[in-house]
Amino acid sequence: MSTTPTPATATPLLSPARTLATAARVLRQLSHDPRTIALLLLIPVLMITLLRYVFDGTPRTFDAIGASLLGIFPLITMFLVTSIATLRERTSGTLERLLAMPLGKGDLIAGYALAFGGVAIVQSLLATAVSVWALGLDVIGSPWLLLLVALLDALLGTALGLFVSAFAASEFQAVQFMPAVIFPQLLLCGLFVARDRMAPGLEAISNVLPMSYAVDGMNEVLGHTDITGDFVRDVLIVAGCALLVLALGAATLRRRTA
Amino acid sequence: MMNYPGAAVEARGLTVVRGDRTVLRAIDFTVEPGRITGLLGPSGCGKSTLMRAVVGTQAKVTGALDVLGSPAGHPTLRPRIGYVTQDPSVYTDLTVRQNLDYFAAILRPGRRQRDARRAAVTRAITEVDLTSHADALAGTLSGGQLARASLAVALLGTPELLVLDEPTVGLDPVLRHDLWNLFHRLAAEHGTTLLVSSHVMDEAERCHRLLLMREGEILADGTPDALRTAARAATVEEAFLHLVDQAATRQEPTR
Repeated sequence: MSTTPTPATATPLLSPARTLATAARVLRQLSHDPRTIALLLLIPVLMITLLRYVFDGTPRTFDAIGASLLGIFPLITMFLVTSIATLRERTSGTLERLLAMPLGKGDLIAGYALAFGGVAIVQSLLATAVSVWALGLDVIGSPWLLLLVALLDALLGTALGLFVSAFAASEFQAVQFMPAVIFPQLLLCGLFVARDRMAPGLEAISNVLPMSYAVDGMNEVLGHTDITGDFVRDVLIVAGCALLVLALGAATLRRRTA
Repeated sequence: MMNYPGAAVEARGLTVVRGDRTVLRAIDFTVEPGRITGLLGPSGCGKSTLMRAVVGTQAKVTGALDVLGSPAGHPTLRPRIGYVTQDPSVYTDLTVRQNLDYFAAILRPGRRQRDARRAAVTRAITEVDLTSHADALAGTLSGGQLARASLAVALLGTPELLVLDEPTVGLDPVLRHDLWNLFHRLAAEHGTTLLVSSHVMDEAERCHRLLLMREGEILADGTPDALRTAARAATVEEAFLHLVDQAATRQEPTR
């Protein structure tokens, strides 16, 4: 640590204490809203249960789609929650207040990522546990690896949500970014049709979309006992994308606004 | 405590453009340290923009603007300025104390300063008279209470400069009186410089110095007494109206 923290020091981009305080504040806000917590935690479980009985006659299909969905749920919910939360921060004036204070932009971004990453862990734990133990999702690899991919997906969702909230002037617009940003990835990620069987142009596009690698990673765990090279690649790509988009999100936070 | 020469705020040719509108037109003014300077003028005259420029959150600012000895918006100024926006900016889904705890942690981070933080939070809550509502969700407070919660955040770090955008709007007369007493106490006891905007002219009498604004320009600058005497008016409001008339007749021939 440096010398005495005089009040006249410049703001560092990231300070652990301010980041933790921000994460704690975001969780505290959430704790005053039990219904949102319940929805966050229960909807993935209910949907995966629904899926199980939709594919009642074809358990192999449930395995493939179920594992993919375990990765997609945290991405979608964290995207929605983060984009609305940051939009509220922008419109309520608290963002302006924070940026007029000695808060680094990185503190805010990392604080949100930490808080929602934590929520995503609980959400994924619940959904994965129910899928594997109660619904008979057949995973050859370790369920912990499923959890790891789910967590990275949640971070990616948080990052994307932070980023697009800069382009939304209202909640209406923010919610519309869900179909705009998530749906194309959902269609192209290999959930509905294997990616190599799509039109060649679409396969090329799917190769640059992060959700494709999230789903690939889930399928690697599904089919292999060990950590495969492809799995490592998938995980690194999803993590890299999340970090990249978080950095882009930080760039959209302006201390001076019109 | 004050390590800057002369004025707490000094503007020369300050111009702000928002969209295609020039909101501040090359204005000059100074704010004396340790005094309460009132920024008065009708809605939409540029008061909030001027304050945002001083705090350093306004984009497209040209001209010279020095605050506490540094250019406005300089990172070292952030912990030294308290700023209250016109709309209360606190988290409505946190209690008053939780709001203050968070903002205090931004100003004084780290476990070692926990006691100092706690003391600052309690003091700020007491100063704005919200002790009985400290554990109420901000979203359930009345408009005036919410405004005071927002003010409390600005008082947390014992700032050298307090920039308050219409802090008394919607408050009852007793609360307004109490807050003005608090402002005077801050200036007298801590040497805090206050820049307070208002469109209620009777609050002008409580300021040490006044800046009268209209349509992005400073009409007059001086103590309430001096302004009244110069305009041979009984109140600042009359003086202001007189100055507006004068400005209008001066402009007439050029149009």
